[in-house]
This record gives sequence, C-alpha cells and structure tokens, in this order.
Amino acid sequence: MSTARKKSPAGAAGSGAKEHPRITIFHDWCKHCGICVAFCPKEVLAMDENRKVYPKFPENCIACHMCELRCPDFAINVAEVKK
Amino acid sequence: MISNSELVKKYFRYNKKFPHIWCPGCGIGTILGSMLRAIDDLELEKDDIAFVSGIGCTGRAPVYVDFNTLHTTHGRALPFATGLKLARPELKVIVATGDGDSTAIGGNHLIHACRRNIDITTIIFNNYIYGMTGGQYSPTTPHGDKAYTCKLGNIERPFNISALVEAAGATFVGRSTSYHTLQLKNIIKRAIQHKGFSVVEVITHCPTTYGRINRKGGAVEMLEWQKEVAVDREKAAKMSPEELEGKIVTGILLERELPEFCEQYDTIIEKAQSLDKG
Amino acid sequence: MRKKPSYQLMQGNEAAAEGALAAGVNFFAGYPITPSTEIAEILADRLPANGGKFIQMEDEIGSIAAIIGASIGGCKSLTATSGPGFSLMQENLGFACLAEVPLVIVNVMRGGPSTGMPTSPSQGDVMQSRWGTHGDHPIIVLSPASVEETFHYTIKAVNLAEKYRNPVIVLMDEVIGHMRARVSLPPWPMVERVNRVKPNMPPEWYNPYERQASGVAPMAAFGDGYRYHVTGLVHDAKGFPTANPNEARDNLRGLFAKIERGFREICLVDYEEMEDAEHAIVAYGCMVLSARSALEQLREAGHRVGLIKLGTLWPFPRFALERYLPQLKNIIVPELNLGQVYREVLRVNAGHANIEKINRINGTIITPEEIIKTVKGLIR
Repeated sequence: MSTARKKSPAGAAGSGAKEHPRITIFHDWCKHCGICVAFCPKEVLAMDENRKVYPKFPENCIACHMCELRCPDFAINVAEVKK
Repeated sequence: MISNSELVKKYFRYNKKFPHIWCPGCGIGTILGSMLRAIDDLELEKDDIAFVSGIGCTGRAPVYVDFNTLHTTHGRALPFATGLKLARPELKVIVATGDGDSTAIGGNHLIHACRRNIDITTIIFNNYIYGMTGGQYSPTTPHGDKAYTCKLGNIERPFNISALVEAAGATFVGRSTSYHTLQLKNIIKRAIQHKGFSVVEVITHCPTTYGRINRKGGAVEMLEWQKEVAVDREKAAKMSPEELEGKIVTGILLERELPEFCEQYDTIIEKAQSLDKG
Repeated sequence: MRKKPSYQLMQGNEAAAEGALAAGVNFFAGYPITPSTEIAEILADRLPANGGKFIQMEDEIGSIAAIIGASIGGCKSLTATSGPGFSLMQENLGFACLAEVPLVIVNVMRGGPSTGMPTSPSQGDVMQSRWGTHGDHPIIVLSPASVEETFHYTIKAVNLAEKYRNPVIVLMDEVIGHMRARVSLPPWPMVERVNRVKPNMPPEWYNPYERQASGVAPMAAFGDGYRYHVTGLVHDAKGFPTANPNEARDNLRGLFAKIERGFREICLVDYEEMEDAEHAIVAYGCMVLSARSALEQLREAGHRVGLIKLGTLWPFPRFALERYLPQLKNIIVPELNLGQVYREVLRVNAGHANIEKINRINGTIITPEEIIKTVKGLIR
C-alpha cells in the first residue's frame, strides 16, 4: 500500500500519437532540486516559473529511467506503456 | 530495473512521514535508492536484512525502510552491528554511516571492524562535511576548503578512506559516487554478497552547507563535478600520476578472501564443546 | 533424601560469571580492566562451551554497543567493567534505557577517580550508577554483599533486565569481586530464568513500544519476522522519532512507570536484628561484612543495634528506612566513599533520627572496630 501521494500524470499517451512512457511526478515529495531536469539525456523535463517540474517534451522520453535513478526523493516515475 | 513507485511500495515504511528529511538535492536519497535497487536485484528477504546507522544526516536512513532497522549513537553503528551480527549471523547486516560518523568519532570502531573481518557491509556516505549539525569540517574535508569551523581554510589533510580501511584489514573495498547510480548499485550488490567486512565509500554532496560555503554550486553542479572527477579503476590503471591528480578512482578497489569472524567463532564453539564433552 | 549440598571455594568475580551462565546469558562483550577481568576470562572460556558467544571489543564503548546489538538480536547479554570503563559506557547505557534494551553491566568498583587505585576497593561509583548518563532515565542497581550473593544477584539482574526491558547494573566492589568464599550454588535447572515478553500479534500490528498493562512492551528480536525500528531518539509507540510533546512525555514517563510498578520486586532489602533496634547501621556491598561483625559485638555488649542491608541501591528502597524511623535514634552509614548512599538516607530520614556517616577513600576498608567505636560514641 503506497503512501497517499498526490499524482499528476502528465502527458498521458494521446490517442494516435506515438506511444511514449508515462512520466509521473509526485509534487508532494519533489523538492525542486532540478537534478532530473539537468540530467535527462533527452531534455524531456523542465521547471516552470515556480520551479515545478513537468515533462515539456514527453514524446522524447526514451524510458532510460535516469531521472528515477537520480531523484533523491523518489518523486518521479517513468512507466513504459505496455503494448 | 525497479521503478520508483515499485521501490516505494516494496521497501518504504508506509506509516512513515514522507517526503524524507534530507535537504533538496542531497545525495543521501539517491544513494539509498541505489542500495535498495541492489537489495532488490539480490532478491533478499526484508526479514533477513538489518540496517544499522549512526548519528548524522545518513543516520536517518534506516527509519524510512522496511527492514530490521537500528539507529544507534554517534560513531557506534559498527560495534552495535557487530553484536547484532554475532547474535544473528544469518542476518545481512548493512551499516549506513557518514564521513564524520565513521572516521572521526567512529574511527576506532571502523578500523577494528575491518581488522576483525566480520561479515558486515558498511556504506560510507562521504560528503566531506558534518551536515546535520550545520556544516563543520570533518576528517574528509579537503585541505584548504572552508566550513563553519574553519572559515579561513581547513589546515588538516583528509583521510583517504579506501586506503585506510584496506590497511586496517577490510576484505572488500569499493568506491563510487552518488552520480554513478548504476555503478554504485552493482558495487553495493557485490559488497553484500562478499563474505567478510565490506566497505563502500560513496563520494556525495551536501549542497546546503559544504556546497554553499565553498561556492561549489548546487546539487546539479556538484553532481557534475562527481562525474568529471571519477575515473574507473581500469582506466586509472593506464593513466599517469599527473593525469590522476585530483581524480577519484572508482570501482571495486579490493576484493580478497580472509577468514570471517563469525565463522571462525563457530569453530571456537565446536572446539569448546568437544573439550567440554571430552 | 535431599542431596547433600556440594560446596566449592569461589571468587566473587567467578560467582558473577557463574550467575550469568546460570541465568542463561549467551552473549558477552567486554574489555579487560582490573578488578573485573576475571569475569571476562571465565565467560570467554565457558560461553562457547554453552553455545554462547564472547567478544573482546576495542574499548568499553564498543563493548556496551555490542551487547545492546546482541540483545536486540535476541540474546541475554552482559558486560563487566570497572570505574574507567563504566564511565566510557555511560552514553550507550542511556541509549539502552531509552530504547528499553535488556542488558546487565557488572561494575566492580575500584579506587577512583580516574586511574585511582586499580587494585583497591571503593564504593565511589554509587551516584555514577544512578546519574552517570545524561538526562532523566530509570535504572536498576543491585549491590551484592557476598560471593554467594553475587551469584544470585547476577541472576536477579538478568531476570529483572528481561522482565522490565531495562539495563540493570550489578554494582560490586573489589573486596567482593576478589575475595574467595565457600559457596553452595543451586544447579542450573533449579535457577529461575525470566525471558522477555515476545509479541504474539501478527507483525503488521506490532508496535515495539506499545506498553502492556505491565508497563512493558513485548520485544521481538531482529530476524524473528517482526521488522521494526529502534532508535536513541525519543520515540512514539511505533518506535519512530517524535518531537511531539505529548508523545515525548508518554515515552519518557513510561520508562519510569514500569520501574515504579515493579518497585517492591526490584528492591532487595534484608533486616538483621531490627525488631527492637534503637540504632541502625545502613550498609551495602563489602561494608555489610564489617557491619555484621560490629553488630554481633554490639549486641553482646547489650546495645540494641540492627542492620539494614541494601541489596538494591537504585531505585532507592526508601521504605526500608521509613519502616523503622519511628524507633531509631541513630543511623550509621559506613561507606568507602565520602557519603553517597548517606545522602539518600538523609533525604528519606528528613530529620527524624541522627544520621552519622563513616567514610574512607584511602583504598582500605572500614573495620568493625571503627563502626563499634562510632556507635558507642553516639549511644553515650
């Protein structure tokens, strides 16, 4: 039973659009350190003016999970959409 | 590769308040993630793991995870773990300790645990500073660097932890950084599997105190520094001393087999019991 | 026909080791220090033969840390030391009090302070055994007054530690530790062994610090399938650190409540010839030997003197005094320190009787003659 975590699944797979992994950021846990944004090899992630992380180019995500591995707060999750 | 959601669901204590206590961008959470992924790869039973820590930022790691967890006094994680391991040799005992906790107040226990070669895996979170108390220099703070107790520059030369523990008798020594999360995971995996005293030194960053007072930038810049400065052992072997200047050699630095303390004590028990009957 | 008792000549320290084994101690971690080293040597020898384990640590800090770890692993663990080592053990003793970890420390007192007089007796650690570690904490301290009693008090200490989930200190002095005496000890099967209460609820419901009616929480061992958290931070019933004032109060008050509840069982006191006594000697440890001899001679000389023998020093058995205060004119407190239990006697006496202390800190003992001289001086 996972802790109640307010999720905001962003960039859900659009119909017809190329299937890309679902990136979920748990904003209750995210401390806006910017590590995931800085080290995403495809620069998928970005921070808005409030330093809130969001997937700016979700379609570029290659599900390398670097953001998950680097996140000190376990506040980001990349789920590959099963065919 | 286990995702963060799975990791949280499987290994975190659901009844513990999150987000955890560590500062934004601190390396401890990342290292903890690599450790949990190592444990997941090894498919260890949660009942069979004892996770022991001392005092300091690192000391707060065990409370978050669903193992047999013990948060001891400053510098004493290793002797506590030694008693626990002897009492329950079947447990995989992992110790999380900081640079100050392990090499300053805990230094005496560290070198003796190495010499004894008791089957414990010790992960040293080396962020070059005492973070919990707000940024005082530690035995690993680089010479010349600043901290709130040496604002005019550290006049002490730091320990080389990996060399120290090797000389003291540790039979597995690995070093990595909080940037190299997969290398770290694999080293921790091998360290846990190794029978004997294993030390994994993890170079990491404290953006809040060490990073700020020494103008090393934030977590991102400090991680980039770790990326630049680390050189894998194979590559380092082919480099000249000048090239290695200021570099940190990572990977499994030492792996040797020597008699393990608990197993040797079992032979003492057998001898004593046969004498007793004889 | 009852088996004829078998006698043996035994040293006090040896009796402590034998008591530990009889009580089921199966883990010892220690560090050599006069005048307690015999205990370590004997247990290093005897523990493995009985399936137990011994380890000599790098210092006394490591020693108590190791016995705490072993106790959390399910062992009955014990260490032995003397003044300087006992001082090094204080921080982790506090940890064991707050984390409620059963363990026994045998402290064989020697001349202090500092290196002091390593081979001479003293009773100078009494207040340290109560207040050595920082902060308000409960402690149980027993003080054996003979070789045979050291055997029984060590067993009692192990059982009290298990029952109350609390560290217990066997506070001996070098006289009791090193003297030899003829003893008749019960075989192990005859010795009572108390074990800590184990949880019987499923692991998911287990809260390691949720007290039962007895005031003590069940204690699972690491590796028993009850994964829980132990910390030196003030904590809630789940064992998680808390700074919430109410939870902190409950946590700390709970430590004392469980000891207060067991006060009568914990307090071991003997009274000798107190029924008609007008004067009482209050003594513990080796001073009981001098006091008894003095008592005998004073009674022969027709003086109505009695002995209150304190087997428990902390918590202080105040009832032992209060019971006789109405009939007592003088209370004499001979101690190999400058007056430590004496201060407790003063507190409890609250002006009723006249309190006279006899003190010596030069490494030799107070003799019966000196006690007799003092008592006679008071009577006139």
